[in-house]
Amino acid sequence: MDYFAQQLINGLVLGSIYGLIAIGYTMVYGIVGMINFAHGDVFMIGGFIALITFLILISFGLTAIPVILLVVLLVSMAITALYGWTIERIAYRPLRHSFRLAPMLSAIGMSFVLTNYSQVAQGARVKPIPPFITGGYTLHESPDGFVIQLSNIQIMVVVTTIVLLAIFTWLVSSTRLGRDMRACEQDQTMAALLGVNVDRTISMTFVIGAALAAVAGLMYLLYYGLVDFFMGFVAGIKAFTAAVLGGIGSLPGAMLGGLAIGLIETFWSAYFSVEYKDVAAFSILIVVLIFMPTGLLGRPEVEKV
Amino acid sequence: MTAPSTNTAKPATGISAILKTAFINALIALVLFSLMVGVRTEAGPDGQLTYWTRFGELASLVAAVFGGSIVIELLRQWIGTTGADKLVPPAVQSGMSLLGRYVAPALLIFTVLVPVIFYNQRYILDLAILVLTYVMLGWGLNVVVGLAGLLDLGYVAFYAVGAYSYGLLATNFGWSFWICLPLAGILAAFWGVLLGFPVLRLRGDYLAIVTLAFGEIIRLVIINWQDLTGGPNGVSGIPRPSFFGIPLDNSDDGLAAKLGIEYSATHRIIFLFYLILALALLTNWVTIRLRRLPIGRAWEALREDEVACRALGINTTTTKLTAFATGAMFGGFAGAFFATRQGFISPESFTFQESALVLAIVVLGGMGSQLGVALAALAMIGGFELFRGLETYRMLVFGMAMVLIMIWRPRGLVGHRAPTVYLTKAKAISSDLVKEGHG
Repeated sequence: MDYFAQQLINGLVLGSIYGLIAIGYTMVYGIVGMINFAHGDVFMIGGFIALITFLILISFGLTAIPVILLVVLLVSMAITALYGWTIERIAYRPLRHSFRLAPMLSAIGMSFVLTNYSQVAQGARVKPIPPFITGGYTLHESPDGFVIQLSNIQIMVVVTTIVLLAIFTWLVSSTRLGRDMRACEQDQTMAALLGVNVDRTISMTFVIGAALAAVAGLMYLLYYGLVDFFMGFVAGIKAFTAAVLGGIGSLPGAMLGGLAIGLIETFWSAYFSVEYKDVAAFSILIVVLIFMPTGLLGRPEVEKV
Repeated sequence: MTAPSTNTAKPATGISAILKTAFINALIALVLFSLMVGVRTEAGPDGQLTYWTRFGELASLVAAVFGGSIVIELLRQWIGTTGADKLVPPAVQSGMSLLGRYVAPALLIFTVLVPVIFYNQRYILDLAILVLTYVMLGWGLNVVVGLAGLLDLGYVAFYAVGAYSYGLLATNFGWSFWICLPLAGILAAFWGVLLGFPVLRLRGDYLAIVTLAFGEIIRLVIINWQDLTGGPNGVSGIPRPSFFGIPLDNSDDGLAAKLGIEYSATHRIIFLFYLILALALLTNWVTIRLRRLPIGRAWEALREDEVACRALGINTTTTKLTAFATGAMFGGFAGAFFATRQGFISPESFTFQESALVLAIVVLGGMGSQLGVALAALAMIGGFELFRGLETYRMLVFGMAMVLIMIWRPRGLVGHRAPTVYLTKAKAISSDLVKEGHG
């Protein structure tokens, strides 16, 4: 039981990270109708930028942890958001009216560009950082010596995710930008006729998605203590699985799907086999798409000729 | 082309606008590259991360972006509003299409003669075999993507199934290549159907992601099922192919001894070359024949419009499954060939990058054009060879090329997607036949 509870905590933390990435997929799919294959790599770039900012700040002699965290968060969000904007501008916007598969193929190309760009720029080796946020709480200690731990970093990941999700939900439901986004999601031509700047709205979608991916990258860096250039691929597919599981286009769905994937993966590793945890995640993707293509909270898609 | 007068009227505003755009682009590049390029991190000997700055590289990259945007803006003004297609005069275009009719036979004759021309150049022969392997893979995937319009991102799974089928059958049971080759194809086709069944209802992007997941699952299973596949260590000691039972070595039973000629290691390479050429041509021939059969017509109909296809009474289930099975079978053949050529296979050869490379070949070739796929394979693999020394840069360039091709020519180099059958002229139908009147 204690083991179960500990895995539950681990799964929720991992799920929060997946959920943050999944929001980027789900928003872009909702508005532009394409799978932003490069989004996993944007998450990886976010992790790298956070790492580099950390190093610079620490070498400048800063020691106040909250200040460092805040600066790192803002810098990585800002620069990664610019990456998201640039990617949309270069690789997707010219293809908006091209044939169905063109943006997808362009996105795959972009994903290769980003992966290998960071490999060329930062080297192929894994970058570790020393544990930055330490300490935690012991929730329960069973007689046979098993301890349920809740570390500070785990608390931080979950709290940050909840806060960001709250801000983001407010943004989509109550601001001008959110209204524009929802309008573009329904009908781009009509939205444009009614004075919505479609190009700008789509750009902002990518910017927000990339910023959230940067937060996920930072959380990943803090939680696992390392980044490497190849981490975006698998994380990206899992986050996409999360977005599909939750119902693509739905924001709470993405978060729910992220948590579900995180929990499934953690429990699978804990009770079955670590080797096959990725197989489990991919199998879920296939099973969900076959039996429940609309996901948990999605709307059924209308088939058009 | 815009008239000269309008061109000369512009420059005053033009130059400042160009400079402004270039400046903004350079500024964006500066922010993008500032941390990723300007600062290099590396783990020191004690595991502690250190960093050093690289402002020189950063400055040159930003300068390159600045210069690049000026050039692009100038080109854009020079070309004006006319599309890039119109740069080529119609006369040249028709000449090209006339030439195109002779390119394929000429290329085929040249390919057949390659071992004669480059007899002693092992490097060129090896490269030619590699190119032909990708031509075959491209033609195989072309059935799925180009003809049936099903975006398959996991094609490498069938390549892997073929390679491992041959590798395991040959090393465990000692079966010969010529028995295993059809078996590898059949097994791969079986896996193709296995993948096809669940994805029948999916389309477009979802289909792509599921096939990608399928390819990854196959690779992960190969890595982790160590008892059977040897895991990351792969299968080694896979027997070389024989000339229909006669080994190609310098033993007394070898082909060289039987023919009474001096043994040379090149014989085997040349045999492999003609083997893959024959396999590739078989793929091409079967595809061309299938296109003219009802099933090929059904594939093309499926590609153009699935709903209309169903409305016309075409069984989309069998259409999709046969497309997957046919494509997978050729992938399996290519995999068996790969295994026998290398003599060693490991999961590293079957990553997603391979799938993307084959897909890029098909897309660059113009999705459905057999000649285009062959030319694209030549260009891609040849291009990869040029970047051989720069191992890490070549995937970067590959990715950029993929994006640029999509922007510049989304239909590929030889981009024709005309159905093989169509009505030559519209027919008026008598109102006796159609209640609505003229159809």
